[in-house]
Amino acid sequence: MADATTEEVRAAPTGQARQEGDGAARAEAPARPSPRARPEVTSGREVTLLVWRGDASGGSFVEYRVPYEEGEVILDVIHRLAATQAPDLAVRWNCKAGKCGSCSAEVNGRPVLQCMTRMSLFDPREPITVAPMKTFPIVKDLVTDVSFNYEVASRIPPFSPGPPDPDGKRRMAQTDVDRIQEFRECIECFLCQDVCHVIRDHEENKRLFAGPRFMVRLAELEMHPLDNLDRRPLIRGEFGVVMCNITKCCTEVCPAGIHITDNAIIPLKERVVDSYFDPIAWLGRKITRRPRRTPVTRPWSAEAAS
Amino acid sequence: MAEIETHDLDVLVIGAGGAGLRAAIEAMARGARTGVVCKSLLGKAHTVMAEGGIAAAMGNVWPEDNWQVHFRDTMRGGKMLANWRMAQIHAQETPDRVLELESWGAVFDRTPEGLINQRDFGGHRYARLAHVGDRTGLEMIRTLQQRAVAMGMEVFMECVVVRLLLDQGRIAGAVAYWRESGRFVLFRAKAVILATGGIGKAFRVTSASWEYTGDGHSLALWAGAELMDMEFVQFHPTGMVWPPSVRGILVTESVRGDGGVLRNSEQRRFMFDYIPAYYAAETADSEDEADHWYDDKRNYRRPPELLPRDEVARAINAEVKAGRGSPHGGVFLDIASRRDAEYIRRRLPSMYHQFKELADVDITTTPMEVGPTCHYVMGGVRVEADTCAATVPGLYAAGEVAAGLHGSNRLGGNSLGDLLTFGRRAGLAAAEYATGLGTQPKVDDAEVDAIIASSLAPFEREKGENPFTLQYDIQSTMQDLVGIIRTEEELRQALEELAVLEERATQVAVGGNRQYNPGWHLALSIDSLLAVSRCIATAALERRESRGGHTRDDYPKPDEEFAKINHVLRLEDGKLVLRREPLPQMPPELQALFEEDH
Ligand SMILES: Cc1cc2nc3c(=O)[nH]c(=O)nc-3n(C[C@H](O)[C@H](O)[C@H](O)COP(=O)(O)OP(=O)(O)OC[C@H]3O[C@@H](n4cnc5c(N)ncnc54)[C@H](O)[C@@H]3O)c2cc1C
Ligand code: SF4
Ligand code: SF4
Ligand code: FES
Repeated sequence: MADATTEEVRAAPTGQARQEGDGAARAEAPARPSPRARPEVTSGREVTLLVWRGDASGGSFVEYRVPYEEGEVILDVIHRLAATQAPDLAVRWNCKAGKCGSCSAEVNGRPVLQCMTRMSLFDPREPITVAPMKTFPIVKDLVTDVSFNYEVASRIPPFSPGPPDPDGKRRMAQTDVDRIQEFRECIECFLCQDVCHVIRDHEENKRLFAGPRFMVRLAELEMHPLDNLDRRPLIRGEFGVVMCNITKCCTEVCPAGIHITDNAIIPLKERVVDSYFDPIAWLGRKITRRPRRTPVTRPWSAEAAS
Repeated sequence: MAEIETHDLDVLVIGAGGAGLRAAIEAMARGARTGVVCKSLLGKAHTVMAEGGIAAAMGNVWPEDNWQVHFRDTMRGGKMLANWRMAQIHAQETPDRVLELESWGAVFDRTPEGLINQRDFGGHRYARLAHVGDRTGLEMIRTLQQRAVAMGMEVFMECVVVRLLLDQGRIAGAVAYWRESGRFVLFRAKAVILATGGIGKAFRVTSASWEYTGDGHSLALWAGAELMDMEFVQFHPTGMVWPPSVRGILVTESVRGDGGVLRNSEQRRFMFDYIPAYYAAETADSEDEADHWYDDKRNYRRPPELLPRDEVARAINAEVKAGRGSPHGGVFLDIASRRDAEYIRRRLPSMYHQFKELADVDITTTPMEVGPTCHYVMGGVRVEADTCAATVPGLYAAGEVAAGLHGSNRLGGNSLGDLLTFGRRAGLAAAEYATGLGTQPKVDDAEVDAIIASSLAPFEREKGENPFTLQYDIQSTMQDLVGIIRTEEELRQALEELAVLEERATQVAVGGNRQYNPGWHLALSIDSLLAVSRCIATAALERRESRGGHTRDDYPKPDEEFAKINHVLRLEDGKLVLRREPLPQMPPELQALFEEDH
């Protein structure tokens, strides 16, 4: 079989005609036959995709016809498009199961995970648009520069527990960690950041508001039964919880189902208000609930973490 | 040498999964100038997908659990082929690593006493998996990521290493490219830690992402290091089978740990028909006994659904072959008829979500369809147990890319502990080595230029092979001929087909430009996919027996002679050579653990 493979050259399958300009591939040499089956779509279904192609200097929606199978998700169709027509189409993905938060995009204008968006949701006669997240600068095609999020994350003072119990273990009741476990389900897809109008439409606000993802992170640390830092001055100050006007758009798009507004942001707002406008309540809380907390007012520094 | 972005480091960690991050944290804490590179964004490595938990003999649920029992389970699960010292270190140190993770912010599920809760998993005598619902890997990677960020770690995201560099046989650094710009970058480093994970993309049905092209295995091999146990690939018994687009995505073993059972098309709990003599003493032999075990583990034996993965995967394979499979070529995994909906949703939230969203199946009312999927490679870089040092000075490996801990079959939950325990040890040893080295090894500029030129070659070819097609063809050869059941004839055929594929790989062509170009990225990983595929097929052909993750239809039984050796692979003058290496001898006090009556 090995020798047959090198001798016999079949005609090329449909080599798509492409223009260099939109970043397509060159014509391929005739694909050599493989003794094994290749993936073929047998459903006869086809869909029109309008995919945003371009980079920081600009771009536009490019139309493609792509076959698909029953049960597929948008990401499958994007992969098929890359494998057969547009090999340099930039897209991020990893788990293909809604666990890693890599494949965020705006499909028909809605911020979603491409790997969890089934084709059956769409009318096959209508084109589907697939665009990158708008809140972040474009790198290429569906890939955006999400470094804003990593920068904010680096400014959040980390978990700071006291010493463990004498046996070296730590004790917390399940009911006391249910809420923070909800927050820790965040897969960092940044769809909430994408949809939050405070930073989506106002680049300048990114300096003033950390965005819903990091309200979730801050709430998690604030509500951790074993944490000893008081981040409230920061939450009010540089992370800007007051900028949020509770539109709940973030909660609606969160693929992890985190109740971002109700469970994280509103309680944070209350805590911050308490601590600034009600000294008695604040004092009471300090004494009864978090006796060991010390306020932090500046970004965390490397030496403190070591 | 052309102008190239250059970074000088003591320790370069390749990989930002659990193993890489834990290694980097340790190396940095020991004062080494440390950098981490990873192919995806930080926090997206495979570790994020791990579900069930971290096996650690903490004794929170079963006070009788201890490292000796865990050690014994690991060795037996690996059919006695594991490196005893690694299994011992892993069993002894993982509990501390879990507590450490907690002190860095991980929030595990709790026992009624408020301690870290532990769940049952296949092959583990006691409930010992520390977990967070079914998203333990997310908790682990986020905790390590947050820790690393708080330390001010330098992380090079979306940056892919293509070759390691040597200076007189020692590690000198690595050449990588930025995915975003396609520009190259040179790391001059005294020590390199490989933490690149696995090889799952060598198979068609797999639980792995695009990252799993065996880069670390190949980087090590090309740098002159040895690989070991490459014939042992784990096919997880329960991957999704329907719809086609999700085929291979994992269904966590916790479904079975929490009460789920496997049934064939005749509704029979067929695992009772496949209990091997090796495990008969500790496995229930009736449904009644098995069902009592969930509530009274002291007086009943465990259900056969919780046998080690190799046993369950083979059984499913046999049922399907015998025509007793489910409509889409799997079997049924049923928890719906056995646990109430509330329990299922609380214990298995992401499975519930996964089936609901991807397959339109409500697992609280309907059985799942599942079948084997390529999940893990036991084989990898041959390392020293205590230091994770590979056979090239300055090179270290930890996590899935390293060999030794799991022998011929990994127990569920033993990977996450592996990452923490050996990640830490690799970071420690690499930092020490780098400090001891003094001067920075020299990098050969001409070699760097040559690596860059060959990486750019696919752009030069006017016509050539489509990398996507080539990858698919490699996967098909491996899936069809080197899969879960193997024969001499098919393995020989696979090696012939791989030779043709290797030749085709020299003709890969890509279009577009260097900016974030997945076609080009894939083209650059084809060589390493082919290298690991050849290693797997070569070692599988030589092992004329069935053991753990390696099943030979023509040699269906384990063989005494093969019980004493590991297969070691290395390149000599560009040719892959295989050697039989006798197993290291276990000291008598550990051997005694296998003689006691359990
Ligand atoms: C769905 C699923 C569920 C699982 N559940 C469990 C479980 O419950 N318990 C358990 O113990 N184990 C489980 N496992 C196995 C375990 O998760 C993996 O074996 C483990 O996470 C591997 O970790 P790692 O650190 O070795 O590699 P990974 O986490 O895969 O990280 C590899 C890193 O290396 C980088 N890399 C690779 N090549 C290069 C290169 N050339 N250049 C630069 N960077 C590179 C990648 O970008 C990535 O950052 C599961 C696995 C899967 C897929
Ligand atoms: S609720 Fe607040 S954080 Fe969420 S989208 Fe609206 S403004 Fe943004
Ligand atoms: S909070 Fe939800 S939407 Fe926001 S990043 Fe996390 S998972 Fe995504
Ligand atoms: S690929 Fe991981 S969330 Fe979509």
